[in-house]
Order: sequence, then structure tokens, then C-alpha cells
Amino acid sequence: MIGILDYGLGNILAFVNMYKRLHHPARVVREAGDLAGVTKLILPGVGAFDHAMALFNQSGLRPPVEELVFGKQVPMLGICVGMQMLADSSEEGKLPGLGWISGRVARVAAISGRGSVRLPHMGWNDITVYGNQALFRGLETDARFYFLHSYYFATQSETDVLASVEYGTRFTCAVGREQVMGVQFHPEKSHRFGTRLLQNFAES
Amino acid sequence: MLRPRIIPCLLVRNKGLVKTRRFADDKYVGDPINAVKIFNEKEVDELMVLDLDATSAGTGIDFKLVERLAAECRMPLAYGGGIQTVEQASRLIGLGVEKVTLGAAAFRQPQLLREIARELGSQSVVAVIDAKKKLLGQRWEARILNGREGTGRCPIELAREFEELGVGEIVINSIDHDGMMDGYDLELAERIRSVVSVPMTVLGGAGSLQDMRSLISRLGIIGAAAGSLFVFKGPYRAVLINYPAPAEKDALNAAAIPAGK
Repeated sequence: MIGILDYGLGNILAFVNMYKRLHHPARVVREAGDLAGVTKLILPGVGAFDHAMALFNQSGLRPPVEELVFGKQVPMLGICVGMQMLADSSEEGKLPGLGWISGRVARVAAISGRGSVRLPHMGWNDITVYGNQALFRGLETDARFYFLHSYYFATQSETDVLASVEYGTRFTCAVGREQVMGVQFHPEKSHRFGTRLLQNFAES
Repeated sequence: MLRPRIIPCLLVRNKGLVKTRRFADDKYVGDPINAVKIFNEKEVDELMVLDLDATSAGTGIDFKLVERLAAECRMPLAYGGGIQTVEQASRLIGLGVEKVTLGAAAFRQPQLLREIARELGSQSVVAVIDAKKKLLGQRWEARILNGREGTGRCPIELAREFEELGVGEIVINSIDHDGMMDGYDLELAERIRSVVSVPMTVLGGAGSLQDMRSLISRLGIIGAAAGSLFVFKGPYRAVLINYPAPAEKDALNAAAIPAGK
């Protein structure tokens, strides 16, 4: 059973619909009681870092989720700002992040001129996957995803980087440390590539 | 490498899809949910849905319809029409819309752009500007309410102001070229592109992939949106939902100046 964390932010329904299509059981988690029987967690997120952190901290979900992820090693996947929340801090805000994967969230470098690098980074981009990751099974080559963001996760350790993307500069777009993972792009809106990734997460 | 976005733009009226010419002369083109299903199969980059009556005729946001559309979309969805508060914008994002698009409201209550950007992030807020050529004085005028009302403002200046207020994307729509399939207003697009630093999408006039190619080769990585091109086939405007094949899109990508080069 996949638990999709609803703390008042993000496109929860997109994940519900995706897993419905995959015929994989999934449930929206709004309070601690909804976590019973959940074996995987998705942390969606949209918008500003502080707003997302404040809502998650106030939701009452943080302690039971921490208990599941670190007490019972339940795998968790953060999406977009949900991935950035895994970091220690963000240039975009003042609140501390969850600190589950060491690093900070930094602004992508914009470049003006002819081949301008404009922010937000918006659209479909190819990614480079490092090593043999269960999350990216079948997506090692020729995978592209929809990006919509201006900040990225700069991990402290290279070993936490699962994939990167190039937009002006090359930066991290997927992180993972044991059962805690995150992707900067939107798999729920990335056609068959995203479907495959969310299926991998459910089945791995 | 980041690709240009090839975007079908769907116009909603009375729960059905229509296509206009120069903002008039509606032609019914089908059911929105069916259209989304077909565009899913064709793996479109992104979808833009604009409700023509929500603000203009005061019908408001049809949340039920947006919910069904967003649930069906396996690609990012930008929705515009009737958004007047941060709460409405936030509710739309919760339904699975990626980007909320403001037209008349961006002009009438510009602070709303700032408020939505603060809460939902710039990447989720889009301003759409409908521009019409003028015979005298400034070259173009921004118009609102499906082109009915002039603003007296230059679209290029408005685009810059909207960017300062925090929007993450500007959509520029040419009233003169809408539905005419005679090519984009490249000059207006280029002028706006040169004064804003956020991504932009150009709408109005695409009649062939060659028109998109002209836009992309001149302006680089950009959103190339179209209505008629993706819903009609042939000179008699027979309804047929279509979208370029992967190889045709690759050729369009190859025409762009890569970002950062």
C-alpha cells in the first residue's frame, strides 16, 4: 500500500490516479491513522520551501512518518519540493529542512544571452542516471522527464546522487540514501517515463 | 538537453471545446476529456486549457471539469479562466493543475500574481497577454475579456511588469493571428522575449510545423502553442485531433539554439 502524504500542498490526485491506472493500491494520508498498512510513502510538494515545510511540520504527520521511515525502514520518495524538503536547508527559505539527506537546496544559475538559461527550468529534459538504481530500472538510457523548478538539491555527498540533468550547468535531479529518495522532476506528469518510475518505486 | 515545448491550447465553452478565429467565429471541436485522452496517447509535452466564459461571461471556474481534466492528464496542465483569489489558485493546484494562468485578473489585480507566486511559487503562475496590432501609436495593445476590452497598455511593458510581480511564464497570444493559421507574430514574440527573463510561450497563428520551426529557430527554447493546428485537418477545418510524431518533434528540437550555448 502506497501512502500519498497530503499535508495541504501539491497535486495529490495525480498520484492517486497514476496508481489507479497501474492497479497498485494507494491511499491519501491526511492523519496518522491513515498510515496503517502503508509500506511505501510519497511526499509531494509544490511551491515555496518554507510554506511546504511549515505545512508539513503543522500537519501532525511528521512524527509518525519519521517513525515509519526510520523505525521500520519504509521507503519514501519526495517529489519536486518534496525532494528539496529532504535537505538540511534551502536558499529559498529560512526554515530548516528535514535533514534526511545531507545537503542544501540552491538556486540554478541563470544565463542571459542567445542560448539563455531561463528560470524556472520548465519543460522536458534528458537525465543521466548513475549506477544501477532500482528506481530507474528500464530508464537508464533515453529517459526524459518534465521539470518545473528554479532550485535544486546540492547534496553534501556524491554517493547520494542518483541522477543529474543539464540546463546551462549540470545539477542533481534525483537523490537517494537507503530508503529515502527524491526526484526533482514530475514523474506523475511525465508520460510512460514517469509511469515506469512510479511503478519501479511501488515494486522495488 | 531542455526541449522546446509543443503545446496544444484548448478553449472551453459550455463544457465543450471550441476553436475561434480572431477571437470570434466559434467552431465546436469536441469533448475536452476525449481530447485529453487522445493527447495522452500522443505524449504531448504540455497542455493549456483556457475557459473562455469563466471571467468574460461570469460563469466562474468549473472545478468539476478541471478536476476531471487534471485527473486524465498524464502531461502537465496549465489552466486559465476565472481565477480571482489565491484560494482558487491553490485549489486548482491541489486538483493536479501544474500552472494557473491569469489574463484579465493579471491586469486588473496585479498584486494577485505576487500573492499566488509567494504561496505556490513562481513556477506555478502564468500571465497570458492577448495582443492586437494597432494602426496608430504603439504597435500593439493588450486586450482583455476575450478581446472585448482594450487596456491601452503595451503588451511588452505589461510582460515586464508581470515578470517583476513574480510570474514564472508569459504567454503571448496574438488576436490578429488567432485561428488564421498564417504564422506567429514573430516580431512581437521576439520583442517580449528580449525584455523578460522567464520562459515564454507563443500562441496564435501556427498553421504548420514550419511555423513552429520558424519560431524555435529564431527564439530558441520556447513554448510553441497552437489551437487550430492540433484540432483541424485540411482547408475546411475538419476536426481531427493531431500532434507531431516523435521524429517531427526531434527535428523541431534540432532547430533550437541549445540553452547555455
